[in-house]
Amino acid sequence: MAAAAQSDAFVAFEHVQKSYDGVSLVVKDLNLTISKGEFLTMLGPSGSGKTTCLMMLAGFETATHGEITLDGRPINQVPPHKRGIGMVFQNYALFPHMTVGENLSFPLEVRGMGKSQRDEKIKRALDMVQMGAFANRRPAQLSGGQQQRIALARALVFDPQLVLMDEPLGALDKQLREHMQFEIKHLHESLGITVVYVTHDQGEALTMSDRIAVFNDGRIQQLAPPADLYERPDNSFVAGFIGENNKLLGTIEDLSGDRALVRLPTGELIDATPVNVREKGQKTLVSIRPERVEFKPSMMPEGAHTLDAVVTEVIYMGDILRAVLRVAGQDGFVMKMRNTQGQTRLAPGEAIKVGWHPQDARALDP
Amino acid sequence: MTDLAANALLTTADGRPLKSALAAAQVRAKRRAFLLVLPLLLFVLLTFVVPIGQMLHRSVYHDGFSANAPAVSAWLAAHPAGTAPDEAAYAALAEDFKAMKAAKTAGEAGTRVNYTLPESRSLFTKTARVADDLAPPYREALLAVDAKWGDPLVWEAMRSASSAYTSDFYLSGLDMERTADGGIERVPPKERIYVYLYLKTFALSALITFICLLLAFPVAHLLATLPMAKANLLMILVLLPFWTSLLVRTTSWMVLLQGQGVVNNTLVALGLIKDESRLSMMYNQTGTIIVMVHILLPFMILPLYSVMRVIPPSYARAARSLGATSWTTFRRIYLPQTLPGIGAGALLVFILAVGYYITPALVGGADGQLFSNLIQFHMTKSNWSMAAALSAMLLLGVLLLYWLYDRLVGIDKLKLG
Repeated sequence: MAAAAQSDAFVAFEHVQKSYDGVSLVVKDLNLTISKGEFLTMLGPSGSGKTTCLMMLAGFETATHGEITLDGRPINQVPPHKRGIGMVFQNYALFPHMTVGENLSFPLEVRGMGKSQRDEKIKRALDMVQMGAFANRRPAQLSGGQQQRIALARALVFDPQLVLMDEPLGALDKQLREHMQFEIKHLHESLGITVVYVTHDQGEALTMSDRIAVFNDGRIQQLAPPADLYERPDNSFVAGFIGENNKLLGTIEDLSGDRALVRLPTGELIDATPVNVREKGQKTLVSIRPERVEFKPSMMPEGAHTLDAVVTEVIYMGDILRAVLRVAGQDGFVMKMRNTQGQTRLAPGEAIKVGWHPQDARALDP
Repeated sequence: MTDLAANALLTTADGRPLKSALAAAQVRAKRRAFLLVLPLLLFVLLTFVVPIGQMLHRSVYHDGFSANAPAVSAWLAAHPAGTAPDEAAYAALAEDFKAMKAAKTAGEAGTRVNYTLPESRSLFTKTARVADDLAPPYREALLAVDAKWGDPLVWEAMRSASSAYTSDFYLSGLDMERTADGGIERVPPKERIYVYLYLKTFALSALITFICLLLAFPVAHLLATLPMAKANLLMILVLLPFWTSLLVRTTSWMVLLQGQGVVNNTLVALGLIKDESRLSMMYNQTGTIIVMVHILLPFMILPLYSVMRVIPPSYARAARSLGATSWTTFRRIYLPQTLPGIGAGALLVFILAVGYYITPALVGGADGQLFSNLIQFHMTKSNWSMAAALSAMLLLGVLLLYWLYDRLVGIDKLKLG
């Protein structure tokens, strides 16, 4: 998907900048292409500019500088109602004075579609989200999850090529949210539509997306498929924002190809993969995922450097065991172990040695 | 059955039946709740329900004649309407006049008859002055005092006044009067004032409400969409008139709008109008409309604002993204959601406008007077019963509208803030 993005761009942001007050930039030089049929997620903390980008694409905000094109056509001057983009809002925005059927009928009516054709499309859209029996209800009579489905059906009923979703699952409880994630994903796959999805929930982003654009401070920090983003973060912001992460501060002792030797302040040496460090003596932040930390010598590669660790706490979480360790003079180093048959149960106070494959530890900018 | 039997056997820990224990516990809570609202209940009862009840009672009750002229009232009660008064009737009248002269109540009785038949009061006071000289045969004696005592209309008026309870005040309010034979007919066209003014008051109030709505809608929308700091400033400007005395506001409009006022002078100075054709915007209907719209505008803005403030902008955005133009979005999405506010504001402004009297009294001139000015007129004349009857008519009109609103929109949809 990522490779195809450049060749057939369906949506493209070119050097887009956005300022609300003329003093500071909310979006700084955004370049992004989205290919047809792609599921792209804009992920980032609040205030990172991701929602502003979505609103510019929808036409509710105008870009201060730069060009946005949709299917090869510049759309900066096109008003929202002529863009033909479906949109799902955070609070669903179902019209409260209309029934579910009337809500779905609205986009078809404003397009001047005849009654029989409308009814057919409404029925199809409602069946698609398994809400066929609810056409005559008012939005207020529906549960959050049902409203969510209707909002989805309304955004899809007029067959848009592009659907934008602005944190659509934020108001649902965890279980429903996970269920809806799969439904949206399946709809995306079966309809072949292009989806731009905004969320601050990294789990949601990882589960659903073809590619994720991680936003911070008005810039895309990394644009990559979920696995790359999680396993090979480009910088310490991405590493810290996606998933749980152990950070060790140190200095580059030796740099050779795809191996870096990092000396910790306490004098110990660890292995890492250099990502955006250039030379020896440079400060670096080494990031290691808790589930990639090993404490059994048999699981570590030959000649791996190890660190002495003391178990301070073990938390039983059902599917995994979470051990909090004291490593290299600092508390809060986390190690996750699968709760398998015969898994070694650590006890607080126990002294162990931890290590990892060098490719799992990434030496990033501090 | 088994459930009932089991319930009947349930007792509290100390052996009392559960039901009576529950009732006892609830009685205490209910009594406390009642005592808490009691002061307000009494206050509302004393200052609202009782006065309105009294007003309604007064509109159908006036014992000025029946209490002071018991003998003739008794004769009238004994004889059906249309009976020509005989010597006994005149004797009873003379007897009553002697008593009224002693008690100095002839004016009161005359006032009551006067309401039904104008210019009767002087007949009573004139007769009372010579009451002591009246001697049999009374018919001749009274006719000698004033020939009007032979007029069947006077006797019909006394018949209607002889009962303390009467619908005469409502008849007058509907521009009706009694005929000599006890029938009812409309007063001559020249004297028909109440119904015309009643309808005009409702029409003017509707116009004022409509203008208020047109002016308030954009302002309320602006208030609801501006950032907080700016909206607060604007809100202060909206509320500013509330903090100024009604009289001050009305007089400033007089300064602005009168013939030699600021607006006219400016227009003349700019050469837009000629000096001899200055606009008359004061002391007429136009003045009443302008000033009342200004005074009642906040009552329209506030309910609208409170409704608009809670309509999330995402509805409009959703409509736009679904392909609606901004006009369609307004008409089909925004406007329907502001209906509770429009209803509340319109009802509030309309009811206030219908009962307004200071402003029309000050700036209305001859043709800008409203129904309430008539009520005030009768109150200053101490004709409480007539004022009460007119007030009751106004109240009925407002209640009818209220009922209509409830049927059409639903009172539970009303949102005042």
